[in-house]
Amino acid sequence: MRPAARRVPTTLEAAVYQTNDYEGMLAETVTLQGHGGDTINAYLARPLGPGPFPAMVLIHHAPGWDEIYREFTRRFAAHGYITITPNLFFRDGHGTPEDVGAAVRASGGADDALVVGDVEGAIRLLRSLPYASGKVGVFGTCSGGRHGFLAGCQLTGIDAIVECWGGNVVAAPEDLTPKRPVAPIHLTASLSAPLLGIFGSDDRSPTPEQVDQHEAELKRLGKDYEFHRYDGAGHGFFYYDRPNYRATQAIDGWKKVWAFLSARLG
Amino acid sequence: MCTMITERAGIDLGRGKSGPDWFVVNEANVSYDHPYDLPLEHALNIDFVNAAGGPGARVAVELSVEAARELVRTIEAVLARAGQRGVLEDIPLA
Repeated sequence: MRPAARRVPTTLEAAVYQTNDYEGMLAETVTLQGHGGDTINAYLARPLGPGPFPAMVLIHHAPGWDEIYREFTRRFAAHGYITITPNLFFRDGHGTPEDVGAAVRASGGADDALVVGDVEGAIRLLRSLPYASGKVGVFGTCSGGRHGFLAGCQLTGIDAIVECWGGNVVAAPEDLTPKRPVAPIHLTASLSAPLLGIFGSDDRSPTPEQVDQHEAELKRLGKDYEFHRYDGAGHGFFYYDRPNYRATQAIDGWKKVWAFLSARLG
Repeated sequence: MCTMITERAGIDLGRGKSGPDWFVVNEANVSYDHPYDLPLEHALNIDFVNAAGGPGARVAVELSVEAARELVRTIEAVLARAGQRGVLEDIPLA
């Protein structure tokens, strides 16, 4: 039986519910107005209860709008966040996440402007919800980590950004394309939100040297950030469905994520 | 994907099979980036696709670097042998 009201757990407490707590979640596919007013679909999960709850936008990785991102969406909701993961490949057709992701890969990846516009639309939707606190963070991994940082530089009103191993934040001019016309590191001066960076020291995209460059620019410009580098981990070490999963490093990395978001989003 | 290294090759005549039926493939999308299934950080990925058939019209392979190089050598060797035998031409059957 659902109580009329319950104490809203903090994001840290949410991971350790008391055994006599009520816990509930609603997770479903929804639509939102993304870049240019386009209708796209998205996966939304939210804790049950009156709120108000802080909110998160998850930016999925290049392999696609896939199962692990649906699980991440529910995981953030279990930690007390209204969480939405827009399907950034909605305009590229429908099929299995792998098939759609492969088609996007062949076309040169997601278009930065569309992604940032879709993230903006997701934030707008979250802030319109009656049970939202108004605080909104962004989380992304791989290309989604890069897009999270980019969104923080190109949008205002984001309260926290979690960038996990964002590849190509540092990019050579010859690697820029019409879809990715700028190396995000050059936009660092415009970063408007606190940033948490999570990286594996064995990663090659981004390399440790690129992470150092990224950090040096944040430091030079006096930005609010914290970076954590994990030895013995490479790219994508949170992905427990891939051989590159590193349990010890991932467990600590998630703790860093929850602590950062709790402090920034309340 | 994170390297974003990708090239597209047009295929004038081709067929592929990923389920029970064959279908026309008219592009090969070649990338060196994260594979979906091969347990490597990056791989040489080839998707033979029908561009008009939607994302599911795809025959996919993911290869190690050495496997990809061996495949290139083998294709060239087979085409060379066919050339030496005088049978290297596209002969329409219909």
